[in-house]
Amino acid sequence: MSKIADGLLYSESHEWVKMENGIATVGITDFAQKSMGNIVYVDMPEPDDEVSQNEEFGAVESVKAASDLYSPVSGVVTEVNEALDDEPGLLNKDAYANWIIKVKISEPAELETLMDAAAYTDFLAKEA
Amino acid sequence: MKYYDKLIFELSKTGRRGYTLPACKWEDGLDGIPENLKRNHAPELPEVSEPDTVRHYVNLSNMNFGVDTGFYPLGSCTMKYNPRINEEMASHPGFSGLHPLQPAETVRGAMELYRILSDALCAVTGMSAFTLNPFAGAHGELTGLMIMRQYHFSKGDTKRTKIIVPDSAHGTNPASAAVCGLEVVQVKSTANGTVDVNDLKPLLDDTVAGIMMTNPNTLGLFESEISEIADLVHAAGGLLYYDGANMNALLGKVRPGDMGFDIMHLNLHKTFSTPHGGGGPGAGPVGVAGFLREYLPYPSVGADVSGGYTWAKGSHTAGRISGFHGNFGVLIKAYAYILMLGRQNVKNAGPYAVLAANYIKESLKDCYKLPIGSVCKHEFVFDGLADAPEGVTTLDVAKRLLDYGFHAPTIYFPLLFHQSIMIEPTETESVETLDAFIEAMRKIAGEAAENPEILKSAPHNTPVSRPDETQAAVHPILKYRRQS
Repeated sequence: MSKIADGLLYSESHEWVKMENGIATVGITDFAQKSMGNIVYVDMPEPDDEVSQNEEFGAVESVKAASDLYSPVSGVVTEVNEALDDEPGLLNKDAYANWIIKVKISEPAELETLMDAAAYTDFLAKEA
Repeated sequence: MKYYDKLIFELSKTGRRGYTLPACKWEDGLDGIPENLKRNHAPELPEVSEPDTVRHYVNLSNMNFGVDTGFYPLGSCTMKYNPRINEEMASHPGFSGLHPLQPAETVRGAMELYRILSDALCAVTGMSAFTLNPFAGAHGELTGLMIMRQYHFSKGDTKRTKIIVPDSAHGTNPASAAVCGLEVVQVKSTANGTVDVNDLKPLLDDTVAGIMMTNPNTLGLFESEISEIADLVHAAGGLLYYDGANMNALLGKVRPGDMGFDIMHLNLHKTFSTPHGGGGPGAGPVGVAGFLREYLPYPSVGADVSGGYTWAKGSHTAGRISGFHGNFGVLIKAYAYILMLGRQNVKNAGPYAVLAANYIKESLKDCYKLPIGSVCKHEFVFDGLADAPEGVTTLDVAKRLLDYGFHAPTIYFPLLFHQSIMIEPTETESVETLDAFIEAMRKIAGEAAENPEILKSAPHNTPVSRPDETQAAVHPILKYRRQS
């Protein structure tokens, strides 16, 4: 079973969001990392890049496949997790402790479109 | 098996020779070469004796698994046996001694072979003309898309920049389209695994250059609505591209030209029994319908006034896509295969390939999950073990299969399923080989339930067990450095 963390918001493309003071921390879910297998590269945007909800902002590459990352929120990237450059496998170790980007969000209403942990649990049950 | 993984440089001993070059008859020959381009020291070549060299390569070749050593059910790759007569024909000195820059009148036999092979490929595909110049399947795709783009551009239709690709397509399709500067739009599959016509319809507008399809598709399913799809795409002004990767299922039975395709490639190293990749270069001839003849890349072989052959160039050619005339040796091998089968037997390859695939599918569907149960063509896809204990994956099944002496099937492709195992036996295997493979797959399913650890730690009987794929991808060692 894939782990699902309480208190986070989830997208249908398997990204999670943690909101703190208007800053969204974004990562991929445990289900996503398990489906991908061993991750070998994370392609990330630069700070100050703009991202839009449901638009591609990077990619994750594993020994199995390469998969685009879709931003669950719109806004401006404030920080990227540079630790993933050296050790992309951190996403496999703990998908919720290791984030990918932080975004200063511009459309708070978009958060309403994301799922909470319970809804994501149901969503995964239907997917698998 | 003796484990052997040396590099030839590790065998090198200073001063050892297997061959002595004759004395140089010329001056040092460096006149006119600028100082900064001259070598300061001798190149570091391996210094080895002839027996060392022969043993080195024989030992390395023994570490290899190929279609000559065992069953190789790699889905979508058509790993059929490579008949030895192909090699014999290609090594004929009349062919192997040719130079691509020889004057046309001295290579008429080779030009004739180019023409009659093109004609044979036209006959089995329903196309009007072929170029044999592309070096591989993906190169053929690029060539075909260049022809498609050139066709629209030459009509002044410059806004057609979109290529529709099904979600079950080979990854090379969107990659080739992107390299060709076209925008990729995905069309979904239905629950039955074929292209969803209702999802396709809204995509068809005046910006569509065409659609790329593989038929049968990567799930081994015949796209039964191809006629309707062809009509829809043509009505929207687009062209149809046929990815010939799975042509083996239809060879001699169904022709892409009759299905409505305008451009296609064939993989001679799949359907026409020439070696793959490391076993010899590929070839990806591209065929076109009559109205696209003049768009083929050059040089092509045309007829001259005296009934001979000449190098030709179409009036709207998409350009040059190779220095010369393709991997000519591969073309000879494919032609030898076609002649060997003859008109009668060429029709048998597809049915036997389809029979073999369905035989394996039906024999294993109780222990492996079969997401689409209909009759398949030359290949089919399982979605992992039917009852997988937590943590036992398709990768573990594939690794364990190596212990039983089989090459693993294609895994984790197509991407439509999470645990894909894609199996293509081809027509060249006997029922005994198929039964042995089925037995091994059944044993592995049993082991997964009783002793999953034996799968997780497999392979146990191969020279190399599980390499660290993450480390290999993140920190590959690509260069040999001499130990000092």
